[in-house]
Amino acid sequence: MTAPAPQPANNDILVVDDVVVRFDTPDGTVTAVDHVSFGVRPGEFLSVIGPSGCGKSTLFNVIGGLLGHTEGVVSVAGVTINGPHQSIGMVFQEESTFPWRSVTDNVAFPLELVGMPKAQRIERARHFISLVGLDGFENRYPNELSGGMRQRVSLARTLASEPKILLMDEPFAALDEQTRLLLGDKVLQIQQQLEQTTLLITHNITEAVQMSDRILVMTYRPGKVKRIVDIDLPRPRTSEIVGSEAFGRYVAQIWADLREEASRGMRDEEDHMMHHHAGGAS
Amino acid sequence: MTMTATTPTRRFTLGNALPALTGVGTLVGFFVIVELLIQTGALNRFIVPPPSEIIASFPRIIVEEDVLGRFVLTLTECLTAGIMLTVVGVTGGVLMQRFKLLQQACETWVAALASAPVVLCYPLFMVIFGRNAWTIIMMGFVAGLPPVILKTLEGISGTRKVLVNVGRSFNLTPSQQFWKILFPAALPTIFVGIRLGLIFALINVVGVEFLINFGGLGQLINELAERYDLAGTYAAICFVVLVSVLFFMAVEKAERWLTRAE
Repeated sequence: MTAPAPQPANNDILVVDDVVVRFDTPDGTVTAVDHVSFGVRPGEFLSVIGPSGCGKSTLFNVIGGLLGHTEGVVSVAGVTINGPHQSIGMVFQEESTFPWRSVTDNVAFPLELVGMPKAQRIERARHFISLVGLDGFENRYPNELSGGMRQRVSLARTLASEPKILLMDEPFAALDEQTRLLLGDKVLQIQQQLEQTTLLITHNITEAVQMSDRILVMTYRPGKVKRIVDIDLPRPRTSEIVGSEAFGRYVAQIWADLREEASRGMRDEEDHMMHHHAGGAS
Repeated sequence: MTMTATTPTRRFTLGNALPALTGVGTLVGFFVIVELLIQTGALNRFIVPPPSEIIASFPRIIVEEDVLGRFVLTLTECLTAGIMLTVVGVTGGVLMQRFKLLQQACETWVAALASAPVVLCYPLFMVIFGRNAWTIIMMGFVAGLPPVILKTLEGISGTRKVLVNVGRSFNLTPSQQFWKILFPAALPTIFVGIRLGLIFALINVVGVEFLINFGGLGQLINELAERYDLAGTYAAICFVVLVSVLFFMAVEKAERWLTRAE
């Protein structure tokens, strides 16, 4: 069921090879991501999970090309990525719809950038709006939608650019548990329908097990690959799977891996606060 | 999970009209109270004219004082100053956001200019532009410029980072990043600056018309006040308020059009 962190294989569509990210801080250089290597196969759903401060979001920004890395290579279908790339579509944790655009115009945004004629891009946008289940809301503006609906608009906008890889950074973090489970169903359904290669960054074990083919567990700072777990649950999956015994075993197993790292993170944070206050007091 | 919705339609109902009716009612109520206070002698009619006299003086100032011509002149001066301060102010704010050195060099004194009594510089402007409409327009323009610059700077600098990152993830060029993300995101704040700028411009335009006795509603108010025609003075002030109302309606329309239209 579990395997040591493997090196990327030749048929992987996304390869993250020996990536290191370091930041200069007033306390010295901090290594956020430390020699991380993994690959994602075409059509696969891979989740990266780890405690807060393990470098998950840094890794998201590196793969998306929003952040430079100190060492290593990120490549898509053999092409090295040195910045934002059209083959990677990003869905962000924060609410990221454009408030001045209607749902249709939000979703049509990437199509507008490539110069698609208006009628065609509206038709295409409507297809993706329907895919995320927002029929009837085409002319609404983001301030007229709920948080979950706005996140679906963001997802549809990213899917409209037809990326080779869908990269999501805790897209449901700001939503309540029930909406999160239902949206997970929607993402799974779309991912299976489009055979969309997906990389999800999350700290939610249930969400990761519910959706993934594999889960990459990261260590607390510096962020390294601790283990990659194959999730051998039947597909197609829905949120109903959270009630199964096998699901519970996977959650327990991943939590066992994460607990140690999360505890380390908590101790580190407490020490930091202690030193900070001691420094402040003196 | 599929959801459907219908586009909401706005129908005229008493509930929708209630805020506007309450506003008008409050104003009418205020005038009635003032009228009663004057008629009963609680307020001196030689300091505050009765609203009924102000209303009665409208036909007189329209016919005898060419108030409509003056209204058009003041409106044109305000409009010219408004267009100039919008174009120059927004450009200035964008440039200050784009070039940090410019921002560091100028932001403090632009902010200081916003609270400076620019109207006192009118003799200097008369020396530069002469005793004509351009002095009035330039006074309005200079007085209204700082809030537009500062609010444009604030709006663009305050664009949420995630929206900028969405643009970056779609590999936008710097020009696309500005026109498709930064500028529309900043528009509501820019319009706050334009509204403030127009208030300052209108105050200065009417104030300088009053001071240099050149023309427009400001000069009319000055003349009527000097003749001690209080009812006429207040009636002329109503036309200044009308200029202000027209401007705000136009700005509101422009904002709706720019922030909602594709």
